[in-house]
Amino acid sequence: MLSASSCARWVTEYSCRAPAVPTARATDCGAVSHSDAVQAVGHVEVDFGASGLDLLTFTAHKLGGPYGIGALLARRQVALTAVQHGGGQERDVRSGTLDVAAVAGFAAAVAVATDTLATEEQRVRALRDELVAAVRGCVPDVVVHGPSDPADRLPGIANIGFRGCVADSILMLLDGAGVDCSTGSACSAGISQPSHVLMAMGQSVDQARSSLRFSLGHSSTRADIVALVGALPDAVARARSAAGVG
Amino acid sequence: MKVLAAMSGGVDSAVAAARAVAAGHDVTGVHLALSKNPQSFRSGARGCCSKEDAHDARRAADRLDIPFYVWDLSDRFAADVVDDFVAEYAAGRTPNPCLRCNEKIKFAAVLDRAVALGFDAVCTGHYARLQRDENGVQMLRAVDAAKDQSYVLGVLDQSQLSRSFFPLGDSVKADVRAEAHRQGLAVADKPDSHDICFIADGDTAGFLARHLGERPGPIVDEAGRTVGEHSGTHQFTVGQRRGLRLGTPAADGQPRFVLNISPVSNTVTVGPRDALAVCTIEGLRPTWTATPALGGWSGLVQVRAHGQALPARITAFDDGVVIRLDEPALGIAPGQAAVLYDGLRVVGSATIAATGRWDDSE
Repeated sequence: MLSASSCARWVTEYSCRAPAVPTARATDCGAVSHSDAVQAVGHVEVDFGASGLDLLTFTAHKLGGPYGIGALLARRQVALTAVQHGGGQERDVRSGTLDVAAVAGFAAAVAVATDTLATEEQRVRALRDELVAAVRGCVPDVVVHGPSDPADRLPGIANIGFRGCVADSILMLLDGAGVDCSTGSACSAGISQPSHVLMAMGQSVDQARSSLRFSLGHSSTRADIVALVGALPDAVARARSAAGVG
Repeated sequence: MKVLAAMSGGVDSAVAAARAVAAGHDVTGVHLALSKNPQSFRSGARGCCSKEDAHDARRAADRLDIPFYVWDLSDRFAADVVDDFVAEYAAGRTPNPCLRCNEKIKFAAVLDRAVALGFDAVCTGHYARLQRDENGVQMLRAVDAAKDQSYVLGVLDQSQLSRSFFPLGDSVKADVRAEAHRQGLAVADKPDSHDICFIADGDTAGFLARHLGERPGPIVDEAGRTVGEHSGTHQFTVGQRRGLRLGTPAADGQPRFVLNISPVSNTVTVGPRDALAVCTIEGLRPTWTATPALGGWSGLVQVRAHGQALPARITAFDDGVVIRLDEPALGIAPGQAAVLYDGLRVVGSATIAATGRWDDSE
């Protein structure tokens, strides 16, 4: 099974839009292709039928729906093995009573997200470009990760490296200023690990540790960027001085 | 004040944070992740850095309605505390890792980072009292003598103490637990932690054997006669009686104790209890809680955690301390700290480098 993680998540748009050579090849070899498209569905156009993928998953809470519910799209030809047994509902792979309220909420969220996708993608992408420019304006030596052309990146996400500090420190100070952002994956003890995706893209452990992800969505506005820029220079300066001592 | 509360997941640090909040400070909770491979669950009274402990700390912070973060200090802890612990045993000394953690991690790496990030002080659940006056901060023993931790804090200096906050120093443990109950803190009845946090099974000898291997050598008596064999000098501490497994009984039939450990000749020397009696202690790398107390003075010295305070004549220099005990004391191990007190007040500390027998000094 070949699984492409989250359409490479925040970094780049991937093969969800159009048929992709690797997935076609994988199918020829008898492999099953899957994409975790949580960051794509509702944010960019996704055509499962044209993608060549066998399986695609996405989740409600990434597009404005309730937590605790997701969806699996599966081609008819793919033989799935149930991990949860019982009444054999839903093609014999997921047994049990459905959470109807969550299903309805998920469907409503997908409907809104896809209906407004064209204008919303443009709006969020412009806001994201504004965020990157504003961050560069107040902390000039940042590194913006991902493809060099911003148009090739997912619209609502900016992953930015702040040289000479641990992103954890910036996150804590921004949190105190009311700005939520993310350092990457967290293990069960709550310790943030350096992003393995950034490291797979050739960044060092220190560079990965110095990187923060800023995400924008349907509720984001220019005021959020103003708030970020108001808090960021001091947070970065303090984080850099903390890195010097600690 | 902006206060960073170090929260281990235990009852003491939770109540300390609660008191900092109640005192009106702007408190942020931080759990220090010290272990590279934390266990999922806490087992018994050992280990303080399991994932369960991190969750307990988070729940306490939620209860207190304060922000909470986890700081990963596992690299620093491995280098400054665990590696140091192994190296000290390899050199024939008996380290105190809790003291080293306070010196290098909690009141150095964590405190420095906290100050750089804009905090004024670090708050912990240690049992010790701080008294502030126009001359600075003085550290006194805790009111609860059984819980007093001034010994493992004795290595702190004025700049560290001036940015420290120990809200439990005036309380006895039973009151701290009762207060935790009243605050609705789920850790109110959590067992106290004991022993060395990074040796979760409590088997220090096994831990050292895994890190240092086996280096068999002789156990000799005071006359130099071989009376047994050991599997590595790092398995021993001066004053130890158990686990010697001597083949040859002592002439007088009395039990024998470890008197000296020499990693260079790979020899452990044993002898009767009387031979453990120490009269003088030489300490290196002195630290002072305030102005250095140089010259000669009479005070008290404590030479191990939970040990007695021994009356002594102390002569301090820039680079060392000579301590002459009023009465001989038994089993003082090089590598431990000699913490110097003036009554209940901590004056300073030094690392025990050598000891002199009662008869040597007469």
